[in-house]
Amino acid sequence: MMEVIRVLKAGVYKDNPVFRQILGICSSLAVTNLLLNSLVMGVGLMFVTAFSSFTVSLLRTKTPKHIRMMVQTLIISAYVIILDLFLKAYMPSMSKALGPYVGLIITNCIIMGRAEAFAQKNKPFISFFDGLIMGFGYTWVLLLIAFFRELLGFGSLFGIRILGEGWVNWTLMIMPPGAFFMLGIVIWATYSLFPHEDQEKAGVKA
Amino acid sequence: MIEISPWIIFFASIFTNNMILANFLGMCSFIAVSGEIKTSLSLGQAVTFVLAATAVLNYFIYHYLLVPLGLEYLRFIIFIIVIAAFVQLVEMIIEKYFETLYYSLGIFLPLITVNCAILGVSLFMIIRDYNLIQSFAFGVGSGLGWTLAIVAMAGIRKKIKGAKIPKGLEGPGITLIITGIMALAFLGFSGIVQIQ
Repeated sequence: MMEVIRVLKAGVYKDNPVFRQILGICSSLAVTNLLLNSLVMGVGLMFVTAFSSFTVSLLRTKTPKHIRMMVQTLIISAYVIILDLFLKAYMPSMSKALGPYVGLIITNCIIMGRAEAFAQKNKPFISFFDGLIMGFGYTWVLLLIAFFRELLGFGSLFGIRILGEGWVNWTLMIMPPGAFFMLGIVIWATYSLFPHEDQEKAGVKA
Repeated sequence: MIEISPWIIFFASIFTNNMILANFLGMCSFIAVSGEIKTSLSLGQAVTFVLAATAVLNYFIYHYLLVPLGLEYLRFIIFIIVIAAFVQLVEMIIEKYFETLYYSLGIFLPLITVNCAILGVSLFMIIRDYNLIQSFAFGVGSGLGWTLAIVAMAGIRKKIKGAKIPKGLEGPGITLIITGIMALAFLGFSGIVQIQ
């Protein structure tokens, strides 16, 4: 039980993949101009991370050490293909909107990082949970960024107009610079809110 | 689809559709490595080379192997294997024949495999339906654009080394803000050339 709580805490804020470890931000920026896109991307990533951690952990005693990276990549790719086919079949417009970024989940360092750092040494079920929580840690930061970008850029949330007619869309927010500024501000805020003893260390590795 | 001149794709992928500043690809190594101009330049060269070569390789594999066999959905796996294998090959060749280059590039080469920009270029190329020459131009242009951005970033970070930055903003925070300003500057290029 202690293990579960520790994993939960680490994923949600203590070792949050996005603002603490600066992993997987390629995709976290590209899809955050709309809340709905971010939600789908986040849930997709949770699925892939959880199941690939589970599979890597199941096979951890059977995988030869020197080819484990290749094996992990193949496992991750397999789940990403499942996700891609699912999106194409049931949410074709979403699949189009996310474009290549679904495929790019493969190179999302979060998944590889979890497989290497956690699933390799732990039992399948706790690895599954760890993957799920790390994915959740990624999702909530994604949603936070998307919340501000969509609200300021389109004046809406989940496509429903929130701000009145008087609001002039702040177009910059939905363009690339807005994403960089928002993530920079989120990192700034979280570093100030939860100072970390090894903050310097966290800043260097990526 | 209208034929776009490869030159337009080439310049667009450097300026208006820059891999980092417009598509957010290759951010991981961008933030980690952009500390020094010299290493950034070496990494940029390696990325450009791998990008150009894998774009062409993946083009052939996709259009002459996967499409005839009806296995398009396997492209993620195939592309990542091609990229990993190619990087491994380049590493071996460099190690054998260009030893000094190997020591300056050595650690970066394996990193390139997980650089999202490489896989991203191959996926964009398929989605936008480029032909062979367009794909090659796109690969080279994206690599140069990436190099331009990372070298510029290294230069800026060197300049602000002594500057007083708010505590929480040090490290990745300030890098992202600078990238934002840089992206803003690159928006000024939009309208010169346009793809998509």
